[in-house]
Amino acid sequence: MSIDTVENAARTPDDEQPWAELGLKPDEYARIRDILGRRPTTAELAMYSVMWSEHCSYKSSKVHLRRFGDLPKSDALLVGIGENAGVVDVGDGLAVTFKVESHNHPSYVEPYQGAATGVGGIVRDILTMGARPIAVMDSLRFGRADAPDTARVLPGVVAGVGGYGNCLGLPNVGGELLFDDCYAGNPLVNALCVGVMKHEDVHLAKAEGVGNKVILFGARTGGDGIGGVSVLASETFDAEGPAKRPAVQVGDPFTEKLLIEACLELFQQDLVTGIQDLGGAGLSCATSELASAGTGGMHVDLDAVPLRDSTLTPAEILMSESQERMCAIVEPGKVAEFLAVCRKWDVLATVIGEVTDGDRLTVDWHGERIVDVPPRTVAHEGPVYERPMARPQDLDALQADDPARLPRPTTPAELQAHWLAVVSSPDGADKSWVTEQYDRYVRGNTVLAQPEDAGVVRLDEESNRGIALSLDGNARFARLDPYTGAKLNLAEAYRNVAATGAKPLAVTNCLNFGSPENPEVMWQFAEAVRGLADGCRELGLPVTGGNVSLYNQTGDVAINPTPVIGVLGVHDDVRTRVPAGWRTAGETVLLLGETKAELGGSAWASVVHGHLGGRPPAVDLAAERALADLLTALAGQGLVGSAHDLADGGLAQALTESALRYGVGARLALGDDPFTALFSESAGRVLVTTSDPGAVKTAAQWGGVPVTELGTTGGDALEVAGLTLPLAELRAAWSATLPALFGGPEHSTPLTVPAGTVPTS
Amino acid sequence: MRIGVITFPGSLDDVDAARAVRLAGGEPVALWHADHDLKDVDAVVLPGGFSYGDYLRAGAIAARSPLMQDVVTAAHGGMPVLGICNGFQVLCEAGLLPGALTRNSHLHFRNRDQLLRVERADTAWTSDYADGQEILIPVKNGEGRYVAADAGLDRLEGEGRVVFRYVGGNPNGSSRDIAGVTSENGRVVGLMPHPEHAVEDLTGPSTDGLGFFTSVLKAVVAA
Repeated sequence: MSIDTVENAARTPDDEQPWAELGLKPDEYARIRDILGRRPTTAELAMYSVMWSEHCSYKSSKVHLRRFGDLPKSDALLVGIGENAGVVDVGDGLAVTFKVESHNHPSYVEPYQGAATGVGGIVRDILTMGARPIAVMDSLRFGRADAPDTARVLPGVVAGVGGYGNCLGLPNVGGELLFDDCYAGNPLVNALCVGVMKHEDVHLAKAEGVGNKVILFGARTGGDGIGGVSVLASETFDAEGPAKRPAVQVGDPFTEKLLIEACLELFQQDLVTGIQDLGGAGLSCATSELASAGTGGMHVDLDAVPLRDSTLTPAEILMSESQERMCAIVEPGKVAEFLAVCRKWDVLATVIGEVTDGDRLTVDWHGERIVDVPPRTVAHEGPVYERPMARPQDLDALQADDPARLPRPTTPAELQAHWLAVVSSPDGADKSWVTEQYDRYVRGNTVLAQPEDAGVVRLDEESNRGIALSLDGNARFARLDPYTGAKLNLAEAYRNVAATGAKPLAVTNCLNFGSPENPEVMWQFAEAVRGLADGCRELGLPVTGGNVSLYNQTGDVAINPTPVIGVLGVHDDVRTRVPAGWRTAGETVLLLGETKAELGGSAWASVVHGHLGGRPPAVDLAAERALADLLTALAGQGLVGSAHDLADGGLAQALTESALRYGVGARLALGDDPFTALFSESAGRVLVTTSDPGAVKTAAQWGGVPVTELGTTGGDALEVAGLTLPLAELRAAWSATLPALFGGPEHSTPLTVPAGTVPTS
Repeated sequence: MRIGVITFPGSLDDVDAARAVRLAGGEPVALWHADHDLKDVDAVVLPGGFSYGDYLRAGAIAARSPLMQDVVTAAHGGMPVLGICNGFQVLCEAGLLPGALTRNSHLHFRNRDQLLRVERADTAWTSDYADGQEILIPVKNGEGRYVAADAGLDRLEGEGRVVFRYVGGNPNGSSRDIAGVTSENGRVVGLMPHPEHAVEDLTGPSTDGLGFFTSVLKAVVAA
């Protein structure tokens, strides 16, 4: 086999190259030739094609994402956007790093492996920062729950998220599962990982120190996932559907578990100067990013890379996205110790190159030079596009189609039917079928997990310091108004974290949109980013990083804009956390916040009428801030027994979930418009229960938060506005949906823990 | 009182087991699978996880690790040994307990809070419970379905070696609702559910799991 060397490339400028097949545009290819002053070698072309893909280079989104960098500096932010993940100071010398990433396209093609490696990839990002990964979450979207393809994709995705996370020993503490026809050809699999470290243990992806060694460790390099980021993640699926199987990676969580333990031991012994994981774009990405962020010079001997398949070409080795691999920069004097730690954990480690003088990244194969490039041009100075934008043509008509025209329930029987329809819809139904497939207990620090409003994890057993995390991404609101929708999602995640009693501290995001080459999608994207940035400014929170997933469309049909927002909060003492379920009879039920007639994009309109139109609920972030401050104070003083955010499905959904958690009912009055009270999705509302209503009302008044007394907990039914919904009937409707759709060979009713048997502290 | 907790490659609940030992008043001692060194411990816990990624069969490779040879010898000498989940699988593969754990009947990994009935309150790991007591602890596994030949099951029942049974629903299709079994001398116990995840009000569904670890401290003193 002849090798396309640098020398050969200079000699043969007119050789045809498959740049278009690799996903490059004509002007991009021309620019590569300009940078190099010659045509790229086959290996160089491979590197540029993957690194300049939408997935790696953010070329369409970069100009908009700058808004996040322009937010006021936050004292809590230790490492900001640009690194593998942002790092936040959570007090007591502890730092937390967290990030969400999409693995949408691979999960459609190969649900189990796509989802599994999505978890694996985000876990390595967190590990790369020097942190021990401590929990994961997942935000999932599928097509209609009863569509045949959903039955193919969903069980595989859930088993993949569970299979990988469970085997790594990371508790899954929360997430979302929603269905909409717009995801039929483009399911979304967004995985979050959070990790903790001491301030001084933060590691960065930098290659510094001439003579330092480049060590590749973890799994061998194989032929899986070649071109995953360019061919798969950065193109629209065509009408023929998924046929891109070779571009999906295959995961091995056991190897990743060993890699985690080995890395943490390497960090602890101070054996690492710089580190980068190999994810999208594999070795091309790791070497060029490490060199680009450092002094610029690096040499790699590609023959040293351990292979699973000896027939791989150098270009394939550079592009392979084989999982469970990391790349470290190590001082020569520490190499022996480094290799010894890897041996202890049965992790393969190989010196493949070194940091060099100068500013070129060079790669040799069989003694010949096949890559000689300025690494910054590969990693950080890729193309940037100001794509044309246009407000969607149908948006005026959509917003004018107000749900006020929809028929409403008029009798108690109709109200009850609508209530049951909403809470038994796939979006509203019990998610145990999914969450039972995830380990929520491992490591023994999970204080709250799904179905709570936010996951709460203890960081320190002595101090009881902990964190809360929520992921929220209502796409119906974002479709009706992406600017407001992004703010609403931010507000919901913020409120969820505060409902547990935590103080919100920082924001991450995963922005899932259609093709950026469609001006209407680009407008939606820009509006959502603007909304999120403005929202963060109003709430005084930094954006610590994020992920953009574009090309989520099949043919001309784009998904609804789906900005999934993650908010991290801090608990000074996790023992004061507030759960969402009612545990005790005789508590007063109070609604904090104000309910308006806001049904645009609501679950009720969608479930009962198949309707999406009008305006999303108004968002008032000053009110959200007052509400969050109040919730944190109430939790700190132990004044509330439960707190549950009102979001999709409004009060009907929240009452159902709070009552069914421990089987405690309530008798409630909802005023003269029970329909609006039950189904409106006005933002800024939380349901709380308390044994001291006077104190809560006083605190709410002081905090400027409207408060309405609804009634009292107790009994085995929800008696609301003239209806009596026995909890048994409600539970039957709520819990039957997902097992009926995806049940498999056997499904017994989950054990219900009787009220009072669960101890409270 | 020194209670060893073994870490195999792929062990996950070793930190939890060590915490449970500590909360019960014992001293947890970390043991490494590749060493022939039990570090003078008085009892051993094999924690949950996916040792060797469940490759070949769950627990099969770990059962042949260097340290397990020492554990088998010590167990024959009467040392209390507890296998939780993957640890139970390892004990069955190592021949210290009868039967085998296979894929859940419904083919899913399942994590839920599970009621168990204590059938034997006189083993080294269950003396702090009462016969017939019901306890609530998490179960979480993909291959937790206990199986054995009918004759073998009859013999186990006859010898009173079923220590725990699932109550209120069988989470994995185990034969005769068996959740845990013991050796003839009552010193080695294996079960699929996770007592180490039910030792604190803050993080568990109950503190019912603590009894395992307080029981063994007494068993060691008595021995």
